[in-house]
Amino acid sequence: MPSATVKIPPVLRTQTGGEAQVPADGSTVGDVLGSLVEAHPDTRDQLFSEDGQLNRYVNVYLNDEDVRVLDGLETALDDGDTVVILPAMAGGR
Amino acid sequence: MFDMASPAESIDEVKARIELVSVDEARQEIEGGVRVLDVRELNEWDESHLEGAIHVPQGEVAGRIDELAPDRTERLLVHCRTDARSARIVDLLGEFGYEDAVAVEGGIVAWEGAGLPLVYAKGLTPEQRNRYSRHTLLAEVGVEGQVALLNAKVLLLGAGGLGSPTALYLAAAGVGTIGIVDDDVVDASNLQRQVIHTTDRVGMPKTASAKAAIEALNPDVSVIEHNMRLDASNILELIEPYDVIVDGADNFPTRYLLNDATVRLRKPVVSASILGFEGQISTFIPYEGPCYRCLYPTPPPPELAPSCGANGVLGVMAGLMGLLQANEVVKLAVGIGDTLSGRLLLYDSLGTTFTELKVRRDPDCPICGEDAPEISVEEMGKFPDYELFCGAPAREASPVA
Repeated sequence: MPSATVKIPPVLRTQTGGEAQVPADGSTVGDVLGSLVEAHPDTRDQLFSEDGQLNRYVNVYLNDEDVRVLDGLETALDDGDTVVILPAMAGGR
Repeated sequence: MFDMASPAESIDEVKARIELVSVDEARQEIEGGVRVLDVRELNEWDESHLEGAIHVPQGEVAGRIDELAPDRTERLLVHCRTDARSARIVDLLGEFGYEDAVAVEGGIVAWEGAGLPLVYAKGLTPEQRNRYSRHTLLAEVGVEGQVALLNAKVLLLGAGGLGSPTALYLAAAGVGTIGIVDDDVVDASNLQRQVIHTTDRVGMPKTASAKAAIEALNPDVSVIEHNMRLDASNILELIEPYDVIVDGADNFPTRYLLNDATVRLRKPVVSASILGFEGQISTFIPYEGPCYRCLYPTPPPPELAPSCGANGVLGVMAGLMGLLQANEVVKLAVGIGDTLSGRLLLYDSLGTTFTELKVRRDPDCPICGEDAPEISVEEMGKFPDYELFCGAPAREASPVA
């Protein structure tokens, strides 16, 4: 099974024990995020809505492309790919 | 430098042995494709010059002529302000073996007097030519680019961690008008990163403190203070006079409000945000690229939007992000390079890594999408759960810093 690196945004790091990037296995983006949620259950509610869809305020990129313009959670990935989780940030101070 | 003709030799003696052409003849020859060298100094060239002329100050002719005109049989016109320098240069070129170099009689003074066309590079005083010389020496900027900067009107949302470095560098770059929106006062805890403010200005409104710093740095810049909060009732009027908006707001309501207003008025926005050791930046050019809502259709819930309280931020990282914003503004004002439109750049200062992500226009965007409805002014910046932000007090709804 391909292994990807998931980049965790600052606001989610309390749910990943402070880790900024975590390895996760899976053949699709959805599987990889599933592995992440399994390892760090507190991330579930912030990534997914109750019906299992990605929350609209969370952007997920496979390498540099938004998975919404690919095949969403079904997007296949290769070994060594990077999945970036990106909620909006507003800080300017 | 090189040895001019013997100083003992009068200019009349030099002119007597070279060929001179009138400005009318020169014009016909130039139209026929003959090249013309302008041997005046840079400051004279900057004021006005003949279109298509090659500028090579007299002191550089000897060193550069082989590269500029390798063919010594080529017809060359040489001019200066009148015709003293050009006569001596033509004489010198003759010594170098140039067979057909001639001076333009009366130089650019006669040319202008005859009503012939000139390219004027207006706008830079002698002081400005010196102050911005490192800009104008860049071919991509030049005098025209510097004049564009001096004519640019840039609005900064916030004179905080992002806006402070942005404002300082835009002021140094000679952006002629800088508006600053901020309703906060300088606090000592700001000074770790808000480098436009100083210890002795703690307690002063940030707009006034920023104005003092900018005016001390560059008297060419006119600072407009907007010591106020942005809301739907004032934003359109506020941003209308500006060419570029720099978003360093510290909260989502202001960012969505700004997006909706700038898309309506088709103003480019350079948007950055910072948290902890990380920052992100993009440039939104309405209808050419995505807007902020294409990137972030809805804001995260408050627990994922830690903009409501005090958060740690590495001051140096804030400075880097602010300067990346200034870099975008300068390119937009001068019209050079590639902006971050369609790209989101993430910076992680702990790893010193940049990550670039693609951002695409959303055809279903409620603001800039093809079928987006015209929204009322009151609706701008609104989205579900708007009031839930930062514990909902209306007062907190749209501060900027």
